[in-house]
Amino acid sequence: MESILQVKNLTHTYGIGTPFQRSAVEDVSFDVQPGEFLGIIGHTGSGKSTLIQHLNGLLRPTAGQVLLDGRDIWEAPKKIRDIRFQVGLVFQYPEYQLFEETVYKDIAFGPMNQGRTGDELDHAIREAARLAGVRDEHLEKSPFELSGGQKRRVALAGVLAMEPKVLVLDEPTAGLDPAGRENLMANIRDYHRNKGATVILVSHSMDEIARNADRILVLKSAHVLMSGPPAEVFARSEELLSAGLDVPQVTRVAMALRARGVNVDSAVYTAEALERELLALKRGGAPC
Amino acid sequence: MLKDITLGQYFPGNTPAHKLDPRTKILLVMLYIIALFCAGSFVAYGLMALTLAVCVRISRVGLRALVRGLKPVLFIIIFTGVLNLFFTPGARDLWAWGPFHITDTGLRNAAFMVLRIMLLIMGTFLMTYTTSPIALTDGLERLLNGLKRFHVPVHELAMMMSIALRFIPTLIEETDKIMSAQKARGADFESGNLLQKARAMIPILVPLFISAFRRADELATAMECRCYHGGEGRTKLHVLKYERRDYLALTFGAVILALVIALRAFGL
Ligand SMILES: Nc1ncnc2c1ncn2[C@@H]1O[C@H](COP(=O)(O)OP(=O)(O)O)[C@@H](O)[C@H]1O
Ligand SMILES: [Mg+2]
Repeated sequence: MESILQVKNLTHTYGIGTPFQRSAVEDVSFDVQPGEFLGIIGHTGSGKSTLIQHLNGLLRPTAGQVLLDGRDIWEAPKKIRDIRFQVGLVFQYPEYQLFEETVYKDIAFGPMNQGRTGDELDHAIREAARLAGVRDEHLEKSPFELSGGQKRRVALAGVLAMEPKVLVLDEPTAGLDPAGRENLMANIRDYHRNKGATVILVSHSMDEIARNADRILVLKSAHVLMSGPPAEVFARSEELLSAGLDVPQVTRVAMALRARGVNVDSAVYTAEALERELLALKRGGAPC
Repeated sequence: MLKDITLGQYFPGNTPAHKLDPRTKILLVMLYIIALFCAGSFVAYGLMALTLAVCVRISRVGLRALVRGLKPVLFIIIFTGVLNLFFTPGARDLWAWGPFHITDTGLRNAAFMVLRIMLLIMGTFLMTYTTSPIALTDGLERLLNGLKRFHVPVHELAMMMSIALRFIPTLIEETDKIMSAQKARGADFESGNLLQKARAMIPILVPLFISAFRRADELATAMECRCYHGGEGRTKLHVLKYERRDYLALTFGAVILALVIALRAFGL
């Protein structure tokens, strides 16, 4: 399948020519397939936010390229706004970007910049609100009256309303309580499944990534440490741990079991898979 | 883009220029400015430029960073230069066209004015580059301490100044972030007429003001939680103390000023 998004040898250096010069992203390459759910994980400061701001042309690479549908997004710098409509980026703590009098108007900001009007605009707003889990009765409220989690949904709706081909989310659940996290992730998951949309999720929670991503990109101090399907990445759990990164809780249990001589695959990362492994072992009559 | 504003930025370092007492540096900058206004010849300006060059060298601040500081005032520099160049009456016309004259005095004045502004700004920036904002306000507070007798709220002013300085980078960063977030939704800050451009600022200003008020509120609460009640009876964690290098630097500054005044007296 033709990749929808390609990043080639991307490097970004901040503060060139000052004493603060440093590369936040160095020689990073990866592809994203249409309909894929890509998870990007790494420590704070590993360059995740810097990397994804290149995907919609908010930052210009110091070196390297970003291709959308096979074409360099900086081919025509004047048309970079079109790229931003196609690659929707939800920033970290997006609730601080709300500014309109009503939630409805705030969600309308993106699609109106696209030049949409009338019924089409109204439809896009209501559909985005539904997908992001913004309740109808909130649409006419001021965004500043809502709770933190609700504000975040409004911000997500504001990006979804542009109907981007690729949705990029920067730590969407940071600072939410566990229930809020799970709810928001469920909305994102549904959006991915039902719309067949391409989603890139940045997170520092291994569990969140393990549960949702088809493929994982692990960043460590500006470089790609590993990339591949979850099973492949978590098969190298020891390496992740020694790099100071987390592994999903289930993988940790499996590793502990293995350390005690139980013959389970330590690359499992979901509770169901571990259950299956253990049941198979029990039926096989292995000591458990 | 906004990151290019280097006003009041501090480049940490461990050079003698960084280690000087902030009061010394403030006094030196004042001496330097006085000397700049006394200078009236190319020899004197040469001396001033050399002095700055030596200080820059000692501080290890890149010349590029220093020159970048001139960017925001480039317009003023050019404007002053042009005004002096064309409109100074003088003995001898080198070139004339209608109301525009370039005279020998004009040429001299223009060169001096441009040099003066550039040296003044670079000299002041060298101080802010090598002194943390906290140290700077601390030094200023100590220098102005005598005014307390005349009921000038020196401590409160210094506190307000250090809070303002502390939040400039934060606000710039925040503005950058909000601008990026709105650009990601297709906001366009570049095209359109003046009215459209002003309207385009609303999505930035509203969140920025809300966050500034939120921060102010949080800071006030945090200060109250730690029983802040103004300068009365408050002691310092870092007590400023003049060292040998401070006396040396001040002597050096006084000598330069004396030299410039002497040059002027001898008509050089
Ligand atoms: N606007 C900026 N200017 C200078 N340095 C920055 C800027 N944004 C991020 N950095 C630096 O780049 C590195 C990567 O940051 P970031 O991309 O935000 O990482 P992450 O999102 O993984 O926490 C950090 O060391 C950070 O200090
Ligand atoms: Mg980040």
